Amino acid sequence: MATIVVHVMPKPEILDPQGKAVGNALPRLGFEGFASVRQGKRFELTVDGDVTEELLAQAREAAETMLSNPVIEDVVAVEVVN
Amino acid sequence: MARIGVVTFPGTLDDRDAARAVRLAGGEPVNLFHADHDLQGVDAVVLPGGFSYGDYLRAGAISRFSPIMEQVVDAANGGMPVLGICNGFQVLTEVHLLPGSMIKNNHLHFICRDQVLRVENNDTAWTNAYELGEEITIPLKNQDGQYVADERTLDELEAEGRVAFRYVDVNPNGSRRNIAGITNERGNVVGLMPHPEHAVEAGFGPDSREAGRGGTDGLGFFASALNALLASA
Repeated sequence: MATIVVHVMPKPEILDPQGKAVGNALPRLGFEGFASVRQGKRFELTVDGDVTEELLAQAREAAETMLSNPVIEDVVAVEVVN
Repeated sequence: MARIGVVTFPGTLDDRDAARAVRLAGGEPVNLFHADHDLQGVDAVVLPGGFSYGDYLRAGAISRFSPIMEQVVDAANGGMPVLGICNGFQVLTEVHLLPGSMIKNNHLHFICRDQVLRVENNDTAWTNAYELGEEITIPLKNQDGQYVADERTLDELEAEGRVAFRYVDVNPNGSRRNIAGITNERGNVVGLMPHPEHAVEAGFGPDSREAGRGGTDGLGFFASALNALLASA
């Protein structure tokens, strides 16, 4: 079994309120070194057997058409993890 | 009598209120189910508010693929009046009947308040019963209510008069250019975050100048659709 991992992030120009809230909370626990936080999504698509080029292409298409909304999000990576 | 369908998705909350609003405006509400492929011959469709599919993935993102939405999209492209309220608006953006998207409120809190809106376009199937520039008060209650779109899309919406409603006095969620609701080019598809269906019966609406809970400013949405259907009949 192999897994295709899709990473989706809010577009840089879109305010990320969740990331901002996390960023503001970090210093409260003593984590002082981080200038900002952005929060995204990670999808793991598991396949039976090997990842073929066709499956990878399907994953890329799913990432662009369903897993992300291009108005507010970017697909930053589609990668195979064995 | 005009028949207006109200779609129920798993997690929809306001379908009964929307049906009641249709009835109070003088129409016949028809319950439509997300898993059906049949619009049952309705003349117009309301996508009500709630948390369809738990807002999983993104608000409205999974409802978009419901069987009934194929029919709704075809009907909307054919000119049928379609109104998306709150989660229904989110579904309309996900299915690309309306541009832009909604993200989390800029202050991160769920908000529930009586909200003043200004009618910016009264030439749509859902706003023709209002005066241009009229200010109405209806409830606003959501978590992902911040309307966003790129600058070019926003400029187009403004230039084409497709901003249907703007927030007045306060921008409650960080929406670009105070946009509360928009319409498509043809004026048959309208989406907004606030809830007209909760302001349709005296005693159960927002506070009005005349009486506590007396506000019925939302009734005009449904009256507008009945006007539009009568005019096209």
